[in-house]
Amino acid sequence: MNTVWALSGVVIKELYRRKDFYVLLVLTGLITLAAGSANFFNDAKIVVYLKDLCLLLIWISALVIAVGTAARQIPAEREQRTIFPLLAKPVTRWQVILGKFLGCWLACGLALVVFYAFFVVVTGSREHHWPLLNYFQALWLQWIMLGVVIALVLFGSIIFSAPSANATICIVVVVGILLIGRHLNKVALQQPEPLQTLIYVVYFLIPHLEWYDVRDLIVYDHALISWWHCGLATLYGAVYVLLFLFVAWLAFRRKRLSV
Amino acid sequence: MSVILKTEKLRVEYPNRESRQGRKVALSGLDLEVNAGEVFGFLGPNGAGKTTTMNVLLGFLPPTSGTASLFGIDVRQPIARQRIGYLPENTYYYKFLTAEELLRFYARIFGLTSAEADRRIAELIQLVELGHAAKRAIKTYSKGMQQRVGLAQALINNPDLLIFDEPTSGLDPLGRMKVREIIQRLKNEGKTVFFSSHELGEVETVCDRVAIINQGELKVRGSVADLVERHQANLEKVFLDIIGYQPQPVS
Repeated sequence: MNTVWALSGVVIKELYRRKDFYVLLVLTGLITLAAGSANFFNDAKIVVYLKDLCLLLIWISALVIAVGTAARQIPAEREQRTIFPLLAKPVTRWQVILGKFLGCWLACGLALVVFYAFFVVVTGSREHHWPLLNYFQALWLQWIMLGVVIALVLFGSIIFSAPSANATICIVVVVGILLIGRHLNKVALQQPEPLQTLIYVVYFLIPHLEWYDVRDLIVYDHALISWWHCGLATLYGAVYVLLFLFVAWLAFRRKRLSV
Repeated sequence: MSVILKTEKLRVEYPNRESRQGRKVALSGLDLEVNAGEVFGFLGPNGAGKTTTMNVLLGFLPPTSGTASLFGIDVRQPIARQRIGYLPENTYYYKFLTAEELLRFYARIFGLTSAEADRRIAELIQLVELGHAAKRAIKTYSKGMQQRVGLAQALINNPDLLIFDEPTSGLDPLGRMKVREIIQRLKNEGKTVFFSSHELGEVETVCDRVAIINQGELKVRGSVADLVERHQANLEKVFLDIIGYQPQPVS
């Protein structure tokens, strides 16, 4: 496990030495603060829109960081050939995959904590109440969802050698699941066979990332989700993470590497 | 004398991308033995199969047939690489890290404790004379400095076998001399060094034995002194004879 932690440490260092994270954080801050200072339609409940906007920006920023960071890990190792001195050490390819995943996931977790801290300060200063457990649930579930996304992107990065192609395809897939994943079963009902079965298969195979989007919980001050359901969602996410990492490893171990 | 590095009937084939038919043979029945404590030069013209051999020894490529082992362990087992240090021809390191961070990263991979890592990093930084730049990002280093970081990372685990791929490639005369000094020092410490090089003068100076390969086949293997005596010529001439070089008349 020492090797995996060492590898993840390098990924985290890379993230905070690059400018992407800071740009996205500043952008989110500026847009939220600018929106918060305006008074649209003299609406006293402007804070609801403010929360909605800020959370949307956090979701977009976190997705961009997760996909961008994970997509370049393995291709950059191969392109810059840093993979060779690394694999010349007693390191297995499974440890490389696991270390890269852990690094990206922890880095995204840190980024989420910073984003949510900003969100809590902005909304708390307006609303003067602090539903911290709701915030924690939203952050936790979003982090689990990002874990699934990172594992998917890492798998993609073994298949597609160009990080940009992988990132684009993965963003389309993730946004597609978030937007239409929950409706696929209804779409299937209206289709003739064998399309109906095919869509149903897709519906049951894809990771339902939309389940992790609990922004409304915070925006409209809903009650907490039961911790039991949170635990099940965590388990469901963990299964998909392991599945994607496993297939990524299967593909990676077959790759011929030559200096 | 114990054998540290061994290949038996090693064969590597690639799909032939040019003709899309058949397979290209990169190595054909290579038999090598490197003994503990010797400096072994691995020579051959470009495309002879030197890098392919190193790729197999380091576990990057699976052999098509035959075996390769380090310390008696099949090279496909990661544990075979526990006691080796590898210096690639070019500087393939995380350039956003400092030299100290890079060495600490590799020290963790080898399971060195924090105190051991501190001691080893200080020793190596001093050995490769990078004390003034140890806390600067590697991307700000010159090529020679990056090569020295490479040398330090190859030594982080105090390896018994060092595999160097053209260690002096791209270095200035001073850098080459320093690398030669380090190889000599490692030899004096009883380490085994296996390295490829095109610098035949350098090989003649530091190597105990050499192997020359051409077109994937081992052409000759033996001590430098024997080869030079047998051919009554320096190593460069021996090398050119063995690979069948015919000088063209200058018009």
